[in-house]
Amino acid sequence: MSALDVATVKRDFPILERKVNGKRLVYLDSASSAQKPLAVLDAMDDSYRRHYANIHRGVYTIAEEATAAFEAARRKVARFVNAPHAEEIVFTRNATESINLVAYSWARANLRAGDAIVLSHMEHHANVVPWQMLAAERGVELRWVPLTSDFRLDLSDLEALLDGARLLAISAMSNVLGTLNDIRPLADAAHAHGALVLVDACQYVPHVATDVQQWDADFIAFSSHKLCGPTGIGALWSRLELLEAMPPFLGGGEMIRDVRLDGFTTNDVPWKFEAGTPAIVEAVGFGAAVDYISAFGMDAVRAHEVSLTGYALEALRDRFGESLTIYGPTDLDRRGGAVSFLFDGIHAHDVSQVLDEDAVCVRAGHHCAKPLMRQLGVPATTRASFYVYNDEADVDALIEALAKAQKFFAV
Amino acid sequence: MAGIEDLYREIILDHYRSPRNRGELPVPPAHKVEGFNPLCGDEVVLYLDVDPASDTVRDVKIAGQGCSISQASTSMMSAAVKGRPLAEVRKLIRAFKALMSIHESKLEGDGEGDGSDLAAELAGVRLGDLEALQGVVKFPVRIKCATLAWNTLQQALDETAQAQA
Ligand SMILES: Cc1ncc(COP(=O)(O)O)c(C=O)c1O
Repeated sequence: MSALDVATVKRDFPILERKVNGKRLVYLDSASSAQKPLAVLDAMDDSYRRHYANIHRGVYTIAEEATAAFEAARRKVARFVNAPHAEEIVFTRNATESINLVAYSWARANLRAGDAIVLSHMEHHANVVPWQMLAAERGVELRWVPLTSDFRLDLSDLEALLDGARLLAISAMSNVLGTLNDIRPLADAAHAHGALVLVDACQYVPHVATDVQQWDADFIAFSSHKLCGPTGIGALWSRLELLEAMPPFLGGGEMIRDVRLDGFTTNDVPWKFEAGTPAIVEAVGFGAAVDYISAFGMDAVRAHEVSLTGYALEALRDRFGESLTIYGPTDLDRRGGAVSFLFDGIHAHDVSQVLDEDAVCVRAGHHCAKPLMRQLGVPATTRASFYVYNDEADVDALIEALAKAQKFFAV
Repeated sequence: MAGIEDLYREIILDHYRSPRNRGELPVPPAHKVEGFNPLCGDEVVLYLDVDPASDTVRDVKIAGQGCSISQASTSMMSAAVKGRPLAEVRKLIRAFKALMSIHESKLEGDGEGDGSDLAAELAGVRLGDLEALQGVVKFPVRIKCATLAWNTLQQALDETAQAQA
């Protein structure tokens, strides 16, 4: 058993006290967005009530407090992923914007027609569409790492794919399959070919201890809202010298050093990439979320999710056998707590509709990964995903509700 | 609160489990139209064979995949229009859409939509089994599942009319 006491953890999340359809809320959609603990809600509330003002430049007390809280949040996020410098964390709106920042700033400055970008078949649309937009605009070639039959990256042609590539953009954990990708060897292989590495760590950072130095990647994107923090803020990590060499992304206030009628000079990194009034209170909430999750210890978080995922996979197999297909690796060491499945002959949307009757919240659909769904040959899956506030009773509730759905739609 | 029994009425489940008129028709004389719901991936394939002499639906076949609501609605639609004059089919489409949108606007609480225009539209149109789909409106996100088949039918009628013009 894990060191995490879920009964206590549940009490940190006011929404989990809610009843839906007269039933206890069973929230199994954290891969989409995680719920928020009191620690985050209180930090944001306190920020608005007592320390709120626009940041930077203000000389009065509360403006200085707001600035200090914003920059303290940056340091917390930096420490959380073991970034060498806090200035290597650029606050964005979300992981999607982080990836777009790289596509607009670094890639448009450095890539030319004929250059190649390597992606994989398991990418979220956030790590597909920005590159397709670039490819259409610049004549950049997109190449794809395929999947094996056991839902892993098929690396057998990796060397050929990387030949002539300028960027490998790959997720650390698939939001559909739960597959964990081993980033360091991929980064080493890409670097050997002179390509940079962008990691979509949106599903990884909230659940597994992340060390950007160990990964040796060049860009890492993640969102606050999947980490129990607020929406509206995310982060891009990159190496200082890389960020310094990149042109700015959005123009406006905050990102400049000087503006004259005939031009402007840019601010230092990371503010160079933070045009306009940022999500000040959301940054504070992001920092509070990092504190909240770190307090468990990331090893305890991971151990808890491994144990719960193992329990869920076994329960699904025991109860439903051949009538249910699980899309994702079975090896717990190589997967996270997002479990996608499909009943034979029952559509994912119908399943989740019946589950809602029992206040069991799961996601049904293509999970913003349509190329992957095409590879799997299914239009949609149902996905249950776990976090620190889930326990075996939640999985049991899922199984019972699924049994009801299966009976209801019995073909 | 609406229960799932309101959504998944027995007749709907029956059409889902045993869809009517499934198959294909030779094109031409039939016209083939595909309808997609990009958000959830539902797909309806409709083969519509219109007899130009009598302006009636001579035959109809359906294929596709998707949730029970989209597929049952497609099956029920095919049964409802087969052998019917085009004028009646058009009226049926309007009546069905009105049935869905009356409740959409009621959900928004604006009090509109139960006006006499729609009442007149619905009057005299026998929806039969299709009335079972009425429960869908209590589940707003599923309305698009129910209307997919009907939008596809509308498109097939429009394209057939164009081809004959
Ligand atoms: C793997 C992955 N990448 C990127 C994203 C995009 O995150 P956001 O919507 O917060 O930008 C998600 C969110 O679902 C994701 O799961």
